[in-house]
Amino acid sequence: MAIEYLGLSEVNGPLIALEGVQNASYEEIVEINIDAKKKELGRIIECYEDKAVIQVFGGTENMSLINTRTKLTGHPMEIALSPEILGRTFNGLGQPIDGLGEIVSDVHRNVNGQPLNPVMREYPRNYIRTGFSAIDGLTTLIRGQKLPIFSGNGLPHDQLAAQLVKQASLGEDSDEQFGIVFAAMGVKHDVADFFRRAFDESGAFEHVAMFLNLANDPVVERLITPKVALTAAEYLAFECNMHILVILTDMTSFAEAMREVSSSKGEIPSRKGYPGYLYSELAAIYERAGIVEGVKGSVTQIPILTMPNDDITHPIPDLTGYITEGQIVLDRELNGQGIYPPINVLPSLSRLMKDGIGEGFTREDHQDLANQLFSSYAKVGDARALASVIGEDELSPIDKKYLEFGKAFEAHFVGQGADENRTIEETLDIGWKLLGMLPKEELDRADTKILEKYYKPAETEEN
Amino acid sequence: MNRTGVIYGINGPVIYLKGNTGFKMSEMVYVGKEKLVGEVIGLNQDITTIQVFEETTGLKPGELVEATGDAISVVLAPGILHNIFDGIERPLSEIAKTGGAYITRGTVVDSLDQTKLWDAHMVVKAGDRVRGGTILCEVPETKAIVHKVMVPPDLEGTLIKVMPDGQYTIKDTIAVLQLDDGSEKELTMMQKWPIRVPRPTRKRYPAAKPLITGQRILDTLFPIAKGGTAAIPGGFGTGKTMTQHQIAKWSDADIIIYIGCGERGNEMTQVLEDFSKLVDPRNGNPLMDRTTLIANTSNMPVAAREASIYTGVTLAEYYRDMGYDVAIMADSTSRWAEALRELSGRLEEMPAEEGFPAYLASRLSAFYERAGMMMNLNGTEGSVSIIGAVSPQGGDFSEPVTQNTKRFVRCFWGLDKSLAYARHYPAIHWLSSYSEYISDLAPWYKDHVAKDFMDCRNRLMVILNQESSLMEIVKLIGSDVLPDDQKLVLEISRVVRLGFLQQNAFHPEDTCVPMEKQMKMMETILYLYDRAKALITMGMPMSVLKSENIFEKVIAIKYDVPNDRLEMFEDYKKAIDEFYDHVLEKNA
Repeated sequence: MAIEYLGLSEVNGPLIALEGVQNASYEEIVEINIDAKKKELGRIIECYEDKAVIQVFGGTENMSLINTRTKLTGHPMEIALSPEILGRTFNGLGQPIDGLGEIVSDVHRNVNGQPLNPVMREYPRNYIRTGFSAIDGLTTLIRGQKLPIFSGNGLPHDQLAAQLVKQASLGEDSDEQFGIVFAAMGVKHDVADFFRRAFDESGAFEHVAMFLNLANDPVVERLITPKVALTAAEYLAFECNMHILVILTDMTSFAEAMREVSSSKGEIPSRKGYPGYLYSELAAIYERAGIVEGVKGSVTQIPILTMPNDDITHPIPDLTGYITEGQIVLDRELNGQGIYPPINVLPSLSRLMKDGIGEGFTREDHQDLANQLFSSYAKVGDARALASVIGEDELSPIDKKYLEFGKAFEAHFVGQGADENRTIEETLDIGWKLLGMLPKEELDRADTKILEKYYKPAETEEN
Repeated sequence: MNRTGVIYGINGPVIYLKGNTGFKMSEMVYVGKEKLVGEVIGLNQDITTIQVFEETTGLKPGELVEATGDAISVVLAPGILHNIFDGIERPLSEIAKTGGAYITRGTVVDSLDQTKLWDAHMVVKAGDRVRGGTILCEVPETKAIVHKVMVPPDLEGTLIKVMPDGQYTIKDTIAVLQLDDGSEKELTMMQKWPIRVPRPTRKRYPAAKPLITGQRILDTLFPIAKGGTAAIPGGFGTGKTMTQHQIAKWSDADIIIYIGCGERGNEMTQVLEDFSKLVDPRNGNPLMDRTTLIANTSNMPVAAREASIYTGVTLAEYYRDMGYDVAIMADSTSRWAEALRELSGRLEEMPAEEGFPAYLASRLSAFYERAGMMMNLNGTEGSVSIIGAVSPQGGDFSEPVTQNTKRFVRCFWGLDKSLAYARHYPAIHWLSSYSEYISDLAPWYKDHVAKDFMDCRNRLMVILNQESSLMEIVKLIGSDVLPDDQKLVLEISRVVRLGFLQQNAFHPEDTCVPMEKQMKMMETILYLYDRAKALITMGMPMSVLKSENIFEKVIAIKYDVPNDRLEMFEDYKKAIDEFYDHVLEKNA
């Protein structure tokens, strides 16, 4: 174990090659000492007989073919874990950077994780109240779900995520232990600061473990950051029985880092230059959410990704959508109209919603209301398209009603205050009030009984 | 058995051995100290290439690889049903017992329970001449399914000993067979079959019977035959999985093999939970009793994902050989194709379109061609139907997996994003979808449903097509300017869309609809159309027709008429007649 290898045979971008190694294993972590001054960590990503290709997390600056000493650690990437990690700040490799000292613990976990056995999973059913109508009402977040926010540059996803964390953690079950694991991959300093302040202000900082890989930190480190964070989350959830909310931002940087490393490895690119295993890699991260049978805790993931050029068909949001259990899509146009949160509800979806709402969870009319709102709001789009061709005046009376409904829906249902924390009843009641603007015949998605109980036509229209 | 090789290089799930190891192509191997399961995928003088079905983290050059002599195969015996396996037929519940919540590496478990005693009833006797496929004994595997133990396909000879009826494990000898060369072979309930080789059959029948799914848009508009193939392409969130679940729950196949290939873990948990609770409407047994799940979730090793599709189809063929109709849900074949791409990339093969290997098309066709209505070796008739979900990148149907799949399937159920956004489920678009089985199945529908079934079905399609061309105009100038007969087409197609095509999977009556009701609903809608058209021809304006609530009433049939009270349709006919008379009276 103590053998140190002098020098390297090749340095190429973030990759180095070492020859004459003995006993190197795949994915093993190595320590590289440069000029006996600086220490870097690396991971073996390929090995051939006595040659190992190593990915250096901190970057290969200052390395030459002769000034390094490389030591094998004999194990894959591991981090030390204890409940003390809450309230602490780490770098992207899980090393403390807040000056409060190392985490001392006997518990070491391999950050690569292992796939959760589907037989041992418990199907998530408990909803988390976030206080946002658009989320609670139409894309309900369920404990143990992975629900990403698809955003674009300049959209208020950070604000949304911070408010969501604040309000979700204040939920009715606040007596239960909750915690937040925050992982930043390649985000700006300001963004990391914003989150830190937001957690501070809401008094949640004691419950937050932050893993920061900032925009100017080494790119390769980003590849390991979400894994480190999720290892911490799994530990807290499944071994300390806590409910953990994981925020991963920004998954786009993670994928970009993967592309960068892949191309320096000389791999065959598939779509837009991303490696063929992008899906598997993303899945290995997203699938680390859920509930294990017989364990009280849970891991709920809210990854944030910025869609390049707002394109939802770009490989990153596309593959993400295929893995995650729904998505919340932010819209530039709504944002332009000053609506906060600018959630475009039509492409947004929560796959686990259907089993976590309704009688016994939220309210009996929830599903019917949601279906009806989706359907009616989809018609608003048709009416708007028509209006843009023939002019609003020429529209039929019913189409005009849809236009009004659409406006009100965006302003009062989707839109809400930056500190507004709505209860589920408020959300549902607003929904029915808005549907009251439409004639009853138009409501074809709701069950007749529910409709009779909740539908009230709007009285006279103002203005 | 003692052929071994030494690991030379490791790159993700692909490892290389140096030298000529004498391994065979597609042979199963054990890799390293942890005995990870792998398969030989390439051989040349210097290098043997192996794909490993488990995580290779921690593997070292220099570790040994051991050949097993067998191709990668599955164990076939009672105990397959009501079970959940990973991509290479390892039972996940057993893995959970030894490994806890996570799937650990190198777990060695038997595919099937080898200690469980099964009640066997022998159907052959000593002295019988048997050949591959002959049924030896019958074992009630679950309440719903009798498992028929067969002679392995490649054996033929005379039985010299048959054990009496009684309880046996799958390892116990139940008969002794004397082969034609005089050697004796002990037969157990268990046989092995390599997953990449189709099980032999005697001949293939043309498609003649539909696989009834209880889903209106499928059964009526785009039916799939028993032994047929279908693809369900759709972007994320359009309801591929939901459609597959619905078919798995309600179709009239005897056995369902559900392959979760590179999909979500929670989805498999949901199937497991739901299917254990739900009851098969045809015989009252839990749905799990006729179901086998193969779960290779997206974070499980990629090579096993590639194998899971073949494992599933091999299990299906085995039950087909017993004379059952088997339906495979493969969710999703795109993940399988991506696994191919990933491995191909690691092997540094020359990529074709979008990085997929050039053999994508031939692999896809080989898979889909394993479907079919067959005459088995033992003379029974059975079928394997394959319904594969496709997850096109960006929801764009022009990508290679969708396009190549389209060439080899005969049913195409295209899911549409805008329908899904409006929560119109199932979001199968009636214009982009098609079924080539229509003409094959027409005689069946004529004999078993109604003489004029095909006519009615075609009329629905015409209405929907007319609507789509009218909508082009409406989008430009609004619907007010259309003449009344065209307004009627729009109104009736609305009734068809909302009242017929849209189906609520969560509604107890609507989730599965028998063929008779589908036919009656179709007739009622068309009857309404005919009567309304007569009124329009007489010059009645559409606005008058619309002021009656008959259209809404017909739309609500799907909820208001229980599946077992089809006589209620008479009332609707009367109501339509009354509507006709009423409009006439009012406006005469």
